[in-house]
Order: sequence, then C-alpha cells, then structure tokens
Amino acid sequence: MARITLDLAHAYRPNPQQDSDYALLPLKMEFADGGAYALLGPSGCGKTTMLNIMSGLLVPSTGTVLFDGRDVTRATPQERNIAQVFQFPVIYDTMTVAENLAFPLRNRKVPQAQIDKRVGEIAEMLEMSGQLNQRAANLAADAKQKISLGRGLVRPDVSAVLFDEPLTVIDPHLKWQLRRKLKQIHRELKLTLIYVTHDQVEALTFAEQVVVMTRGRAVQVGSADALFERPSHTFVGNFIGSPGMNFLQAKVSDGALLVADLRLPLLRALPDGELKLGVRPEYVRLAQPQDTGALPCLVTKLQDVGTHVMLTATVLGQAVKAKLATDAALPAIGDIAWLQVLGTHTCFYKNEEIVA
Amino acid sequence: MQLSLEGISKKVGPQAWLYEMSLAPKPGAVTVLLGATQAGKTSLMRIMAGLDVPTQGRVRVDGVDVVGQPVRERNVAMVYQQFINYPSLKVRDNIASPLKLSGEKNIEQRVTELARKLHIEMFLDRYPAELSGGQQQRVALARALAKAAPLMLLDEPLVNLDYKLREELREELGALFAAGDSTVIYATTEPGEALLLGGYTAVLDAGELLQYGPTAEVFHRPQSLRVARAFSDPPMNLAAGRIVPGGVQLNAGPLLALALPASPLAQPEVTAGLRASALHLQANPGDVALDGQVELAEISGSDTFVHVATAIGEVVAQLTGVHYFELGTPLTLYLDPAQVYVFDAAGALLLAPQYRGLRSAGGLS
Amino acid sequence: MSMTTKPVNQKAWFLILPVLICVAFSAIVPLMTVVNYSVQDIISPERRVFVGTEWFVAVMRDEELHAALLRQLTFSLSVLAVELPLGILLALSMPADGWKASVVLVIVSLSLLIPWNVVGTIWQIFGRSDIGLLGATLQWLGIDYSYTGNAAHAWLTVLVMDVWHWTPLVALLGYAGLRSIPDAYYQAARIDGASKFAVFRYIQLPKMRGVLMIGVLLRFMDSFMIYTEPFVLTGGGPGNATTFLSQFLTQKAVGQFDLGPAAAFSLIYFLIILLLCFILYNWMQRVGTQEKEGGQ
Repeated sequence: MARITLDLAHAYRPNPQQDSDYALLPLKMEFADGGAYALLGPSGCGKTTMLNIMSGLLVPSTGTVLFDGRDVTRATPQERNIAQVFQFPVIYDTMTVAENLAFPLRNRKVPQAQIDKRVGEIAEMLEMSGQLNQRAANLAADAKQKISLGRGLVRPDVSAVLFDEPLTVIDPHLKWQLRRKLKQIHRELKLTLIYVTHDQVEALTFAEQVVVMTRGRAVQVGSADALFERPSHTFVGNFIGSPGMNFLQAKVSDGALLVADLRLPLLRALPDGELKLGVRPEYVRLAQPQDTGALPCLVTKLQDVGTHVMLTATVLGQAVKAKLATDAALPAIGDIAWLQVLGTHTCFYKNEEIVA
Repeated sequence: MQLSLEGISKKVGPQAWLYEMSLAPKPGAVTVLLGATQAGKTSLMRIMAGLDVPTQGRVRVDGVDVVGQPVRERNVAMVYQQFINYPSLKVRDNIASPLKLSGEKNIEQRVTELARKLHIEMFLDRYPAELSGGQQQRVALARALAKAAPLMLLDEPLVNLDYKLREELREELGALFAAGDSTVIYATTEPGEALLLGGYTAVLDAGELLQYGPTAEVFHRPQSLRVARAFSDPPMNLAAGRIVPGGVQLNAGPLLALALPASPLAQPEVTAGLRASALHLQANPGDVALDGQVELAEISGSDTFVHVATAIGEVVAQLTGVHYFELGTPLTLYLDPAQVYVFDAAGALLLAPQYRGLRSAGGLS
Repeated sequence: MSMTTKPVNQKAWFLILPVLICVAFSAIVPLMTVVNYSVQDIISPERRVFVGTEWFVAVMRDEELHAALLRQLTFSLSVLAVELPLGILLALSMPADGWKASVVLVIVSLSLLIPWNVVGTIWQIFGRSDIGLLGATLQWLGIDYSYTGNAAHAWLTVLVMDVWHWTPLVALLGYAGLRSIPDAYYQAARIDGASKFAVFRYIQLPKMRGVLMIGVLLRFMDSFMIYTEPFVLTGGGPGNATTFLSQFLTQKAVGQFDLGPAAAFSLIYFLIILLLCFILYNWMQRVGTQEKEGGQ
C-alpha cells in the first residue's frame, strides 16, 4: 500500500524541442494510498509509458517517482515491491497453479508453511481453490489472468498493483466477473490499484478517479460522473461515452446564439465568437417543431440496439446522434425530426476547452 | 450470390468443432456470427471460404457444389484480426494487388477511390509497418473491398483496436457494407457490435448453430436459454421458478403475473430471464418488487450497473444515469412482469416480451 | 471473368517437366536399381541369380554390422549430449538485437558454411603433430596425441570436429526460439524476483522446446548418416574404430564389390532412418499440440 507521487516528463530524445518529442509531457500527479485509478486513452497516448515508469521497467528522462515520499526513480520493480498484470496472461507453463502463485514467495525464501497458507488465502479470494493442483498451461485465458493477478497479490507487502489492459483477451461475459472480482479485491485488501486501458467502460467502472490521456498529456482527472457531465476538453467529451458527445458549430454574437443557422436563446453567459456546442446523445430529446432549443434534423439512420434506439440525423452537414427509449414515438428515415440540444447538460467549448 | 451450407459438420480427430448445421446467409446483407471464443466462428468461416473442407455436408454457391474447390478458385475476400498486409509492398500496391490479378484496367483510379473511402489516401506511398494498427486494418479492408468479391468474410477485424477506433470503423464499415452488394459475414464476440451492425445474426455456442434471423428479432426473441445467454451484455439475470395458475412463481421470490400458453407441459419447472435494463428504481403500476442489498455498483458514464443480492440470487440492474450506492444498503428494484422471458425446463422459449419492431414507417437500417 | 472462378494458368506444368525428368533419372531410377540389386546375387555382370530375401537376412545377422551400428548410435548420442547444451548456452549469450547481433550471427554461422570434406581436411591438418596447431600444442604439452594411431584420440577428434561444425545450428535454432518470447515474460519474472537461473528454467527453456525438438531431429538424423568428415579425417581408422554406418556400407559396396548385400543394407539403412525420423517427428507433433493447447 503506497502513495505514489509523479513529477516527471519522458522524452524520446535528449533535447526535446517540441511536444511531439515527448512520450509524456511534463506532469505532476499523485495517486493516494489505497485508491483505484485508471489511465484511459487511445493507443499511443503514453498511458503504458506512465505505467512502466511507475513500475520501474522504465526510467523517466527527467523527473522523479516517489513511493510514500521515498525516491524510487531508479529503483527496480522488485525494490519498489509492485505487482504488474499484463495484457496477455503471463504464467509459468511448467508449473501448477499453486506453484505459480507460490513463485514470488519462494524467490524470497519464505518458509513453506507460510507460503502454503498465503497461497490458500489468495486462491480462495480468486475462487480458484479447486484448481490449485492443475497445470496452469491448460486453463482458460481468464483463469490464467487470475493467476497472474494472484502472483501479484500473494506478497503481503505489495505496494501497488498495476494493470496493463488485462482484460483484452477475455470474453465479454467473463469480463464482468473479473471486473467484479477486481473491485472486491480492492475493497478487501485496500491496495493502490492503477489500471491502464483504452476501454472507457472498464476504466469508469473500475476506478474512483480516471486520468484521461492523449498524446502524452493528461487532459482531465476526475470521477466517472465529472467526466461524463462536464468534460473539460472536447477530447474527453468525445472519448467518454458510447457514442461520444455530439459537437455542433455555434457562434455567439450580438447576444444571440447561432447554431446551424438557427437562433437559439442564450440561457447562460457565453463568450463571444466561435464556439462548439457539446451535448451527449443520452441528453438529446425529441421535441415538437419550433420548441426552444430544438433543431430540425434529417433522420438518416435508426438502429435497434436492444436496450435503446440510436437515431442518427444531420443538420446542415453536421451529424447528431440521440439515444432514445425503445417505446418512444420514432420518426422514420428521411423525416425531419426536431431534436432538443440545449439543456442543463449541454456544454460549450472554445478552442477545445470548456467555457460554460 | 447465394451461399448455402447444408448439413455441414466438422470433426478433427475425436473432437467435434462444429456440430451439424445448415445456414443460408441472406445474399447481399450482413450476417453476424456471434459467439464466445472457441464457439466455432472461425471454423465456420474457414468452411465458407473454402480454406477447410467440412467432414460432412455440402457447401453450395448459387446451387453449385463447391466443397472440393480450393479457396484460390473461389471469389472470396477475408479480413483477419491481425491486420494482415503484404509487408514488402506499399499501401498503394497492397490495395492494387487483387486488381492486378484480375486484370483490371483503371487500377490507379480504383486504388485512390478506395483509399479515399477508408480515409487512408495520405498513406498510399508508405509501408504497412509504418502505420498504426487502425490504419493497417483500413489497408486490409481496402484490399478486401478492391477484390469486390461477392462474399466477404471478416473475422473479428476490430478486436485489436482501441474502443473509440472500433466505434468509428464500425460505423464506416456499416456504411460500406450497405453501399456494396457483397454478402458480408462478420464474426464477433460482442453482442453490442451485432446490434450496431444490424442485418442478420447467427448465434453460435460450443460448435452449434443456435439461431439465425434478423438481428433485432434474435435479440428480442431468443429461441432458447443458450441464445439469451450468448446474446446479452450485461449477462441476463436468470431465476428458477415453477408455472402456477396465474403465472410463474419464482422459487424464493415473488409471483409474476403472466399469461402463459395454455398447453400443459411435462414439467412445470421454468427459468425466468430478465435483462438488466428491465429493472428500475421507480415503481410503475403493475410492477413486482424485488428487495435486496447492494453488493457492487459500477458506473460507466451514462449508466450505472448495480449488483444486488436478492432472494432469487444475484441480480444485475442497468440504471440510467449515475447513482452512487453504499455497499450493503438495502435496495428495492422493480420489474414489469411483461418484460420477463420464460424458458421451459429444456431451455426452449415459452414466452417473450412483446416486440413489434421499431415503430416507424421507415423501418430499421 | 466469371464471378466464382479465377483465371487459371496451366503453363507452369510445362516449365517443371525438365526438373521432373532430372529428378526421375537421378533419384527414382537409381533407387529402383538398388532395390533390384538387393534381391539378386551378382556373381558376374552376366550371371545374376534371384535370391529373394537372402541378403536381407544375412545383413541383419552380420556381426560387423552390429558393431558398426553400435558405434554409430554411441556417436550420435554423444554428439547430441554435447551439442544441445552447448548450443543452448551459445544462444543465451548471443546479443538480442542491434548491429552486434548481426555480426555475431554471421560469425557463429561461419562453420556451417564450410563444405564438409573441407571440414575434414581442416581438422586433419589441425590435428597433425608436425604442422597442425592442435597437434603441435598437445605434443608440446606432453600428450602423446595421435588420431591415426590411438582409437580414443580418433573418436574424440571426430566428436570435437562435429561439435565445432554443427553446434552453431543448434545455437541458431535456440536463438530463434529465444527471440520469440514476448518481453512481458521477462518483465513478470523480474517483478516476481526470479533469479537468472529460474528465468532460464521456467521461461526460456519451456518456450524453446519447440525449436530444440527440431534441432534434436536434425542433428540425430545428420549424425546418423555422417560420412564425409570422419572419412576425410581418419579414413575410418585406426582399424575400424571410427567406421560408422555409412562408411561401413560404402566399404561393403565399393571396396568389396558385394553389391547384393550392400544394396540390401542400404535399403535397411534407409528404413531405419525413416523409422527414427517418424518416431521423432510424431513426438515433436505431440509436444507441439500440447503446447498450442496450453498456450491459449
């Protein structure tokens, strides 16, 4: 259990001149002891680099990493006492499940009786007690990932557990079970858990705080709620949510808000000039023609997505999506539907940053 | 072209990879093969392509038996999960390769057109290794589209891509498939992807073909418990019960007032299935209450998934909006009995919630 | 062009015809000739008597043959016992990437590129006590080394020569196997606090198993058929100390002009190798499928 403090930057070459020379732009971040965090972002955003710097597999080109105030920037993963779970299960093929779990303890010369006890406890937690004597190589992918995780948890003094996209090879319905397991383990052991993923559902369900990253920069740090309701950057608005936020060009001039050539009421104070209106498909509603805050849109697609209906429409060449209930009165493809885009959940952006 | 698989099965040594099945994917439409890993999707696609020969059964293309015909002679395009491109050829030549083989005249023009459709026209003079994963997969897709084959097979093509990239490409693919007239077979493990692609879905489980039909119909009317299990994300809540006069009595749970078909069954034991989205916090008239304790709450942005321990077992509810729950707090969920699926003792569907299709004149996409 | 077929070109078959004719004459026809000789007693070019399986029986009962077979097996097993561990060690010490890797790969492969009779000649001169570096050094150290006179010395020299010649093959195969291990395994081992030996035993060796099987198969087969190198080096001597199976066969056929028995023996030799090949290959396949199933 450790508090991790980062104050670093990582560049590809010795004298970085511009942003693209950095794998991680200068950042300062603190991960509280016992907290569950997620690093979320598309490939190449630097999240795995950050994870490897925290685990000790990579040394940052400048800056420090502190564990409970202790400088561990140059310390090995063993010295930092962390555990890491990788994208695909890493197990020792020739050993049984029990031997796999016991391996880190055996390397530390812990007495056998203690090893057995600890292995038993962890196997119980992972619901693998019945498989302890099976050859690890013959198990399914999710069982193997549990073993990888177990090897990390078996050390009683592990400082943090780092996950690098661990559910990539797991089937969707097994992902649910493993996610639940991770949350239970977090609750029971109160470990610092840091989870890297590009899947927003995994990140939001797992973490208390999510760090959204892109191109080496941490764009926003917040709870699932905050990231969903008030994304501070259009990137976050687009990345979080499936599908992401709708963005419409807007302009404020002479005290009026112009969206798609329609004048809409100015419900709150907005700066003048070119803006982007952001509204999530979950909050776009069907409205009556000429309702305030509604736009006439041409319906181009209707998809039955099981639990709801996804409506895709265009207004002056810009796409708008709406998530509607299955029993709503739906327009047909080719109709003009009036969609309510202004509301309490609508956000406005100037130069990609939130202004209202 | 009408592809039809008649009574095919595949055995390798003592193991049956595919149990006997017949499938005739709708020509010109998208058929999604949905199933867990190892369900037999790839084996089935290989038989469709001609890469494998079925142990039994016939494969017919437009009525002609093609079982012995090697894949080189069939006109099939295939896209894999691992971004497969010719590493020593530039993107331009990669896309042009099927055109050259078929002796096409305007190769340059076609290549540029396809590259533009897949948004890779700026990479035409690069090598695949220099591109990102998503871009490499677009090159593979462009090459498959260049072939303009009447049968296009895609084996989980988006699984190695980022979540957001997957969403983008899925939409583009949907549009590309609709614009073309090839029969497209798309394998995936995610029920959500099947629903978003639309078209038709064939549900596979452990080598068996369970159901084939229009996607929305398979989703809303699963013919068996196995289909319901395979085609739901989050997993469907299942509870054991018995048929009693007036409806279904859940073991250790409430009575669900349902109008079941009148014919008497051999066994009154049934399984009731309820999708996570059918449970809510607000009670509507006619709802049945389910009391329990919150075990876990997962927030995924727009929805909250609550795991509640109730008398009928552990139940997952998908609630709209963000709700914070303390672990252990008592919670009552409400469900409308009309939303319950009832499966008999053998797993076959007895009753499903009413589904009338999207109520609009234009219909589904 | 029809929708369901691709244009097919049959012209390629005509281009292969010359090769087919050559292979027929150089391989198939001679093989048939051997089969022919093995069932006949050739007393003189004009007089031939059909003797059926008589030669086969005689060959199987031949004491000298048994001795040669035993010598051969001992040799092959010794070769494997030395080359395998040595090759693995070499593979482990080779750099993983960069320009150093290319240089080392080339240097290591050099001995594989030398024609086999040249290998024999090199060692023949190398071992001579008057002009050979090895021979002279050993002489200077006081060891009375003579690969022509001393049977044990001859054996050792042939063994060392084979090891020098062929260990790089095992090393290269092992190297390829090592390169295919994903980095994450090493990272996980570091995090688990594993010692270098534990990493070798639990990660590297199991993952190299596939390629090492191929190495075992190749080396066993090749050493079982070895002819040129020992022939050039020792001529099979002293006496018949280093006369292995293929040389024994040649002596019988060419030296003594006993074509019948020689032909029978060469067929038996062929079948023995085929059988061993089959066994080893099946074993490899079984291990391979086990690995594949386990690795998912």
